[in-house]
Amino acid sequence: MYPLDIFNKLKQTPSMQIYLPIAEVSVNAFLLLGLGGLVGVLSGMFGVGGGFLMTPLLFFIGIPPAVAVATEANQIVASSFSGVLAHLKRKTVDIKMGLVLQVGGLAGATLGIQLFNFLKAAGQVDLLVKLSYVVFLGIVGGLMFAESLRALLKSRGGNPVPTRRKHNWVHNLPFKMKFRTSGLYISAIPPLLVGVLVGVLAAIMGVGGGFIMVPAMIYILGMPTKVVVGTSLFQIILTTAYTTMMHATTNYTVDVALAVLLLVGGVIGAQIGTRIGVKMNAEQLRVLLAMMVLAVCIKLGLDLLIQPSELYELGAGGH
Amino acid sequence: MTRLLTLFGFIAALTLPARAQTEEIVAGLSQNVVSITATFVGSEILIFGAIKREAPAPDSELGVAVVVEGPSHPITVRRKARRMGIWVNTDAVEVQRAPSFYAISTSGPFEDLVNESVDRAMHISIPESIRIFSSEEVEDPDSFAEALIRIRKKAGLYKIDEGNVTVTDDTLFDTRIELPANLTEGTYQTRIFLTRGGEIVANYTTDIDVAKVGLERWLYNLAHEQALIYGLMSLAIAIAAGWGASAFFRMVLRS
Repeated sequence: MYPLDIFNKLKQTPSMQIYLPIAEVSVNAFLLLGLGGLVGVLSGMFGVGGGFLMTPLLFFIGIPPAVAVATEANQIVASSFSGVLAHLKRKTVDIKMGLVLQVGGLAGATLGIQLFNFLKAAGQVDLLVKLSYVVFLGIVGGLMFAESLRALLKSRGGNPVPTRRKHNWVHNLPFKMKFRTSGLYISAIPPLLVGVLVGVLAAIMGVGGGFIMVPAMIYILGMPTKVVVGTSLFQIILTTAYTTMMHATTNYTVDVALAVLLLVGGVIGAQIGTRIGVKMNAEQLRVLLAMMVLAVCIKLGLDLLIQPSELYELGAGGH
Repeated sequence: MTRLLTLFGFIAALTLPARAQTEEIVAGLSQNVVSITATFVGSEILIFGAIKREAPAPDSELGVAVVVEGPSHPITVRRKARRMGIWVNTDAVEVQRAPSFYAISTSGPFEDLVNESVDRAMHISIPESIRIFSSEEVEDPDSFAEALIRIRKKAGLYKIDEGNVTVTDDTLFDTRIELPANLTEGTYQTRIFLTRGGEIVANYTTDIDVAKVGLERWLYNLAHEQALIYGLMSLAIAIAAGWGASAFFRMVLRS
């Protein structure tokens, strides 16, 4: 348990402590910088915002959940922006596709927030959030892991990697648009629907939605992996900026001091991650992302199945 | 301060007839104001005082209990149970009033100092500081109160420290109460009880003000009063930081 010892020491060392004005807790500044950096690297490498990793980590160090979710959105804006700039330089962002996804995404987010509030009134929103995490992470991670492992093994075996089937049902729909960067000529309907789906999930689960968006772009839209990461980051910026503003104006739960500490680490991490990602081959990248998604899924699944040590929990009163 | 003392002397005279008023508490705190700054890591308050007598001290054992209580908020306590193989929140109890912080320091075992009926009347012990709504849906509301205390004790927000009050020559007393870093803003009521044979013979009340100052205050106010500007500022910082890191890395890699 050596790493955990360091973690606990850091938590207690008084000289590096900082009091967060909105979260109203005192935390270690270097711990936050480190967490931000770690998640930033993953963000740049895989094109995921990292919210699905960072939010549980923030709960773990004692940040109130409402503040963690809202502040995380703000931090993702920074790391995604940093990552997108690096991708723009390499021309690996399909801006047109990003905008189409965005239109669907904002509609979906608005719908998702309505659904979230409806379920909150019904009293089971926590369970819904956790279950949707387990289900979606499980499906996405499992499919991606199996597919990319197969591709990886085939390329190791000396056979040429088979190109993915470029023509599926997606290509038989009307309203065709040309997406030059992705090298696609497909209907605008599938990207819009993907955007709506991700938007709904993002609002319910409190994340940017990159971990669903990335596989959806690869497997449903058939976009090349290199373009997917930059485009996903581009789309995430606007979604999380929207979420940040919603939280800041309705719940007052964005902690700018916490966000600054996380994003200083995050933006640097994103730059490093982008450079690592470009050097790795697409199959390796997908196997790694799949493994990470599955790990989070298993962790959350076990939390639901194993009896917790504390059966009771405290929440804000006055419902 | 003296006006407060007279007031409490007066109340004590009304509520505790005859043998009261022979002893009186004179007390002070090392600080009445706790300022939360960016580097706030908690604070320790020294509470000290003396017992003023007009007659010789009675024979019975003297006890001192000091209680510091943070602002109260309503809380929902939820309990998980297994449903179809997974652990979900099932029962919930609304706690009408639970202090955000509650620390008791005593000169000896709590049961010896304060008897049960006095505790109930004056709300001194930790369980007495919590008020639960009568809940018709849950069979065992008490176990929810116990859970609330257990969780808060674990977080260092509720504590009882028996024997932490030092009494010298039956006259002088002092104790230290540690305030943790995760303090809520507000007025922290400090009560000192002087007891003999389980009954309260004198008490004293004062307040500690806990408030954010400086940058912490400014950000908190901005977030609540100018939420739109605050949100836009947060986004601007995020975008600037993202761009800054990108530009910085390009520069470093080129050279």
